[in-house]
Amino acid sequence: MSFNRMGLRSANLSTPVFYSEAKIRFIRFYQQKMTLLQKTFPDKTQVFLDAAFKLTSLFFAFAVFSLLAGILITLVVGSIPSFKAFGWGFLTSSAWDPVNVNFGAVVPIFGTLVTSAIAMLIGVPVSFGIALFLTELSPNCLKRPLGIAIELLAGIPSIIYGMWGLFIFAPFLADHIQPWLIDYLGPMPFIGILFQGAPMGIGMLTAGIILGIMIIPFIASVTRDVFDVVPPQLKESAYAVGCTTWEVVWYVVLPYTKIGVVGGVMLGLGRALGETMAVTFVIGNAQNFSLSLLDPGNSIASALANEFNEAVGDVYSSALIELGLIMFVITFIVLAISKLMLMQLARREGDKS
Amino acid sequence: MLSIYKRRRFINALNLTISLLAMAFGLFWLGWILWTLLQLGFTSLSPDVFTKMTPPPGSNGGLLNALVGSLMMILAGVLLGAPVGVLAGIYLAEYGGNGWLATVTRFSNDILLSAPSIVIGLFVYEIYVATSHHFSGWAGAFALALIVIPVVVRTTENMLKLVPGSLREAAAALGAPQWKIIMMVTLRASKSGIVTGILLALSRISGETAPLLFTALNNSFWSLNMNAPMANLPVVIFQFAMSPYDDWHKLAWAGALIITFGVLGLNIIARFIFRNKSNLH
Amino acid sequence: MRDQSVPPPKINVRDLNFYYGKFQALHSVSISIPEKMVTAFIGPSGCGKSTLLRTMNCMYALYPEQKAVGEIIIDNENIIDGKQDLSSLRAKIGMVFQKPTPFPMSIYDNIAFGVKLHETINRSDMDDRVEWALKKAALWNEVKDKLKQSGDSLSGGQQQRLCIARGIAIKPEVLLLDEPASALDPISTAHIEELISELKEDYTIVIVTHNMQQASRISDFTAYMYLGELIEFGETVSIFTTPKKKATEDYITGRFG
Repeated sequence: MSFNRMGLRSANLSTPVFYSEAKIRFIRFYQQKMTLLQKTFPDKTQVFLDAAFKLTSLFFAFAVFSLLAGILITLVVGSIPSFKAFGWGFLTSSAWDPVNVNFGAVVPIFGTLVTSAIAMLIGVPVSFGIALFLTELSPNCLKRPLGIAIELLAGIPSIIYGMWGLFIFAPFLADHIQPWLIDYLGPMPFIGILFQGAPMGIGMLTAGIILGIMIIPFIASVTRDVFDVVPPQLKESAYAVGCTTWEVVWYVVLPYTKIGVVGGVMLGLGRALGETMAVTFVIGNAQNFSLSLLDPGNSIASALANEFNEAVGDVYSSALIELGLIMFVITFIVLAISKLMLMQLARREGDKS
Repeated sequence: MLSIYKRRRFINALNLTISLLAMAFGLFWLGWILWTLLQLGFTSLSPDVFTKMTPPPGSNGGLLNALVGSLMMILAGVLLGAPVGVLAGIYLAEYGGNGWLATVTRFSNDILLSAPSIVIGLFVYEIYVATSHHFSGWAGAFALALIVIPVVVRTTENMLKLVPGSLREAAAALGAPQWKIIMMVTLRASKSGIVTGILLALSRISGETAPLLFTALNNSFWSLNMNAPMANLPVVIFQFAMSPYDDWHKLAWAGALIITFGVLGLNIIARFIFRNKSNLH
Repeated sequence: MRDQSVPPPKINVRDLNFYYGKFQALHSVSISIPEKMVTAFIGPSGCGKSTLLRTMNCMYALYPEQKAVGEIIIDNENIIDGKQDLSSLRAKIGMVFQKPTPFPMSIYDNIAFGVKLHETINRSDMDDRVEWALKKAALWNEVKDKLKQSGDSLSGGQQQRLCIARGIAIKPEVLLLDEPASALDPISTAHIEELISELKEDYTIVIVTHNMQQASRISDFTAYMYLGELIEFGETVSIFTTPKKKATEDYITGRFG
């Protein structure tokens, strides 16, 4: 996924041609070298070196897998004091009281889910539009620069999003958008409860919007890449029955690629759930439960960023590690689903060709 | 008949316009953020930024110790992470095939690639900082290395897979043992692709803040000791930006400008290298 | 020059030049496609036969670097002057591609989808239309019990007939077939060929094929193309038995060996 995002995918197309010259050079060059090698090393040494090299690379591949397992185990072990103190009640308690050593995960989990949901509401449709634009509408000469521009959004470090959010975007929201939301949406039934309070700028809404911007490049580039795998003949046949561009995309391209698109959306969701710095700057870090999107809240990642170094006592830091474990498990599941779906699309493609 | 066509044409035009707006929406934020950085960053840049230490609030200073600390940890992170990533990538592309270890490794790697980086910080804190009882530059470098690894594994595997099988066969036909084929033929053929991957990893960790919070911590003084807490740009920016002091804010903007353009520059260079390579032949 | 018994032309191509970027793929091609007949385009690969076919429903308009200059007149209108509404033009001219391309939806919807684009039609009329099209494409008996299944679940030959049914369902006047049988096994190919001979009662059919035996079996008229030029065009029987041009004869005898 992220490999595609780097824009390297186009290389696949040029492979068949692009090594032919290199190949000839290599063969000539190594013909001389290999004969030399065979003289210097007896066969047994080669067999040993071969095995050693293979084992080394295998060891590091195994290390990657153990890293993931290690993270999980470390977090589980670190959570034990907290789990002993609060049990499953940790998941349902909204307390967060370092003085009396009483902790619960509801507020940060709620904040994480709400901000991610807002992010998806913004990120998914926009990313779809961008992918549609890049694959079907953009003139060829603009495809690459525009694609790179969108991918640069992913290159901006998250701390920059946070700073910009805190100093520029939050005040802008507080001055121009939030008063309007409070006046017009606040009194409405049902959704009104989401828009109560003072226009402070910081809060879950701001964090969600910034997260939404941050995940656009991830979802958009996966979506663009899976749109590109639709066989041109399939699209042409849809045009041949008289479809407009929109109809081709909506009725043919999207159903054809839906697994891949969902995979991309899940990837974006995984990113949103675990994003730390951008959220920490603007969410307000308040441990009280509020339904209003305009109120400050907390997310798991920002609770960790803000409190972990100051946490005194085993139970306090263990409670934070348990929060980290919860976040890791949720993102693990989301990312695993994403990966499985993208693999399924790739396999289906493989079957066809 | 006609009305159907009219309606369909209208829906088409409407949706395509919306898609154009979505594109503009995406570019708008990029433009706004970069503009803010240029505006606030350039006015805060001065020679002091590169020559003086991070100051206490209310006095003059720069970011020198943070810049140097960041560079040291980033460098150490890449030096630690890249070889591991390349070797694991070699296993996946050349030996693993679709065996269980390769499948599981690939899967784990993709998870690690998108896993929350703050969890990496927690992990390194638990196994390194907590056991050695002090924050340190090495802990920071180690955390960054763990972020480098999945990026490099992924690009290395993909780049090696682009090398046509016939090239390997040609080398094998000459009697070369497999490790020689990999080291001297396939790895060389995909060299620039792998360098691209390492550069992208470099650009990724240059802006990472979360994993450094609990590992390298910060240091207001000049220190090149990797065994002690170490100043670094992202955490300094975080601290300064969250503070109530105006002169700290200014330094934070200067740092933000340096980081962002460093990261985006690396990103673009990486693409450029790759593109050059693919146009070569 | 041509036989007097030639039926009135449905498609009139006049002095057509076609470009892929700077490369000229068709050189001043003029041809009249007779109505309710099967016309085959033959020639070696790269001779421009598919390109010519794809201009007839403006498929090239999808690609900005492709350009057609000249006239293709259908029902007194030049379809390549850029003033045509492509959607309604393509309702009149159906196309079937080399590889079967069922849409990612059910068998029923594969056919209903195209119809809905052009007509407002109620549910039972739609059912009738789907059945009619599937019968016409000789597929009804095989799929009538699984209309709700995905089009992907059919075999290659069935998928191709589904694509033909999809084209017919819109009630076009012309059917363009771009090597419709080249990806199929011999039995499915025979099915498709049989189908083509039945369909010419109602439709003007243009087929591109690299298989000369197929052209001689199913077509009434044959055009031989080479390097972007129309070398010879006439009744299939005369093209295959008494070609007027040396180049045509060489090509045909070369293949028949």
